[in-house]
Amino acid sequence: MESLGVLMLDPMDDYLKQELGRRFQLLRLWDAPPDRHDDFLRANAESIRAVVTGGGSGADAALIDALPGLEIIASYSVGVDRVDLPRCRERGIRVTNTPGVLTDDVADLAVGLAIAALRRIPQADRYLRAGQWKDNGDYPLTTRFSGKRVGIIGLGRIGLAIAKRGEGFDCPVSYYQRRDLAHANYTYYPTVVELARNSDVLVVACSLNEQSRRIVDREVIEALGPRGVLVNIGRGGHVDEPELVSALVDGRLGGAGLDVYADEPDVPEALMALDNVVLAPHMGSGSLETRTAMADLVLGNLEAHVLKKPLLTPVV
Amino acid sequence: MALGEPPSLIIICPGASFAAALRQRFHVLDFFSSGQSPEAFLAAAAAAVPGPPRAAVVWAGGPFRVDAAFLDAVPSLRCVISTAAGVDHIDLHECARRGVVVANSGNVYSTDVADHAVGMLVDVLRRVSAAERFVRHGLWPVQGGYPLGSKLGGKRVGIIGLGNIGSLIAKRLQAFGCVIYYNSRTSKDSVSYKYFPNVLDLASESDVLIVACTLNKETRHIVNKQVLEALGKDGVVINVGRGANVDEVDLVHALQEGKIAGAGLDVFQNEPKVPAQLLAMDNVVLTPHVAAQTSESRSDLCDHTIRNLEAFFAGKPLLTPVLP
Repeated sequence: MESLGVLMLDPMDDYLKQELGRRFQLLRLWDAPPDRHDDFLRANAESIRAVVTGGGSGADAALIDALPGLEIIASYSVGVDRVDLPRCRERGIRVTNTPGVLTDDVADLAVGLAIAALRRIPQADRYLRAGQWKDNGDYPLTTRFSGKRVGIIGLGRIGLAIAKRGEGFDCPVSYYQRRDLAHANYTYYPTVVELARNSDVLVVACSLNEQSRRIVDREVIEALGPRGVLVNIGRGGHVDEPELVSALVDGRLGGAGLDVYADEPDVPEALMALDNVVLAPHMGSGSLETRTAMADLVLGNLEAHVLKKPLLTPVV
Repeated sequence: MALGEPPSLIIICPGASFAAALRQRFHVLDFFSSGQSPEAFLAAAAAAVPGPPRAAVVWAGGPFRVDAAFLDAVPSLRCVISTAAGVDHIDLHECARRGVVVANSGNVYSTDVADHAVGMLVDVLRRVSAAERFVRHGLWPVQGGYPLGSKLGGKRVGIIGLGNIGSLIAKRLQAFGCVIYYNSRTSKDSVSYKYFPNVLDLASESDVLIVACTLNKETRHIVNKQVLEALGKDGVVINVGRGANVDEVDLVHALQEGKIAGAGLDVFQNEPKVPAQLLAMDNVVLTPHVAAQTSESRSDLCDHTIRNLEAFFAGKPLLTPVLP
C-alpha cells in the first residue's frame, strides 16, 4: 500500500486512528494547537491527499482550498451536510460516507428514545435514585407506546428500519418525503404538517440539506401538539430549536427525545430544565460494533481509492 | 333482589375513577370510601339491602386476603375478581371448595410491560439514562462523547416465561434483529424460538436474560448466582416479573464484581426499598415498578373488570377465569 498522506481532523475513534496510522502516513490536526491549524495545513499541504473527518467536523471550503493535493474526503458518518460537496465536485475531490452499517443502531436509538420519552424511563429512574419512591409514593402514570401513530420524516434506510421496529409494536406508520413510495404498509403524507397532524410520535430521519433545514418548524410542532412527541436522530439543523424549546416549555408540544442539537455539544439550558425531554449526546451510531464497522468502511474506501478500484460508499 | 336493580358488588381497590366507573353499572360497596375497618365493612356488606353482594373485586397489591375468614364473613359471594394477573391474595383452594369462581386481569397489562422491558433493554445496552445524566450534568462539552454502548442486533435474548408478556417481548425484539430463546414450564410448539428446558442452559447461550414469568415456588430466585455466572460478563438482566424472581443479593454482587455487564430492574424484593449499591451504578436502569402503569392500562383494566362482572351476573362464563 503506497503512502497516502491522510489528515485526520479530530480523534473520533481509537481503532480508526490506530489503523490509519498503521496503513497510511497519518497527520493529526489536533497535534497543533487550535490557533496554529492554518500553519499546520500550510506546512503539510503538499503531502495531504486524503482527509478523514466526522459528521460534526465536516470539511468546509477553507479547508478544501488549503489542500491543493486533496483527492478524497472520507467521512466517519453517514451525514455529510458539513462537507462542502459543490466545492468537492468543482475540484474533482471524491467524498465517501458510512451508510448502512449504522442504520440499525440509529433506528434502535430512535425507538428507544420514543419509548423513553412516552414511558419516562430516565425520569422514573431519576425519581427512584432521588429516594422519591420511598418518600412520595408511586411514580405517576405515563402513556402506552404500542399502537401510537408513528410519523417518519424521510423513509430512507434509517426511516425504513424505524418503520419495521414500529410495526413490532403495532404502531401505524406514516411518512413524508419528496417522493411517495406507494409502500404497502405505510401511509404517505405530501406535507410534513399533515404528517405531524396525524402522528403521535414524529421522527426526523432524513438527511440535512437546503430543503430539509428547519423542516420541523413552529407549524409542524403545533400540529404534533400537546400530547405529541418529537424524536430527532437526524441533525440539530432539521429543527427550529428555539421554537422547539418554547413549545416544550409552554406545553404546546408534549415531549421530545433528542440525540442531536443545533450547536453540539452545547444543549440549551432551557432544555436541561425540562422534565418532559430525554437528552442524548449524539450517540445514534454509538455501539462498539457499529463504530468499528464505520471505521472499516472509512479504511476500505481509502484503500479502494489508492488501488484505483471503485469506492465502496461514494457520495461524490 | 328486585328485577331491574343493578347487582351488588364489593370493591376493595384504591382509585376513585375505578369505583366511579363501576358505580355506573352496579351497586357498589366500596371499602376505601367506607371509612370502616375491614371486619365491619365485610359484616355490613353481608347484611346489605336490597341484597348482599355476590361478587367482589379485590386489589392484588394490598394487604387483603380473600381467604376462609373473608368468604365466611360474606357467604353470598360467588365470584372474586383480581385487579392483576396474579391471584396470590386469593385462597384458590377455599374458593374451589365453595364453588366460588375467580377471574384475573387477563392480558390488560401485557403490552405495557412488554414495551417497558424493551425500553429498558435499549436503555441498558445503549446507555440512554446514563448518557442523559451525563448531558444534564454538563459533561458533554467537558468530556466529549459518552462511552460506547452495545448493539442490539444479533444479541441472543433468553426470555424466562413465554406467556403473553414474554411473547410480546419476543415479537418486538425480533424487529430489532435479536435472536429469541426461551425457557418456560413446557415448550410451545406454536413458536419457532429455541427452547431451553432449564434457565442455567438458557443463560449460558444468551447475551440477555429477560424475566417475564409469574412468581411461584418454582420461579422464586430463578435467577441466582449460578445463572448470572452462566450469563457472563457481557450479559444483561432485565426484570419485569417480580423482585423475588431474582436473588437480589446475588445480583448486586454480580454487578459489583463485574460478573455481568448491566441490568434493567423494574421490581425489587422489598419495594420501595432498593439496595443502595445499585443507586451508585451507571450500568443499571432502575424504575419504581412502573412497567404496567399507563393510563391506557388503567382504563383497559376497568373495561375488562366490567366485562367479567357482566358475564358473571348474566350467568355466563368469566372472560379470564382462574377458577374453574
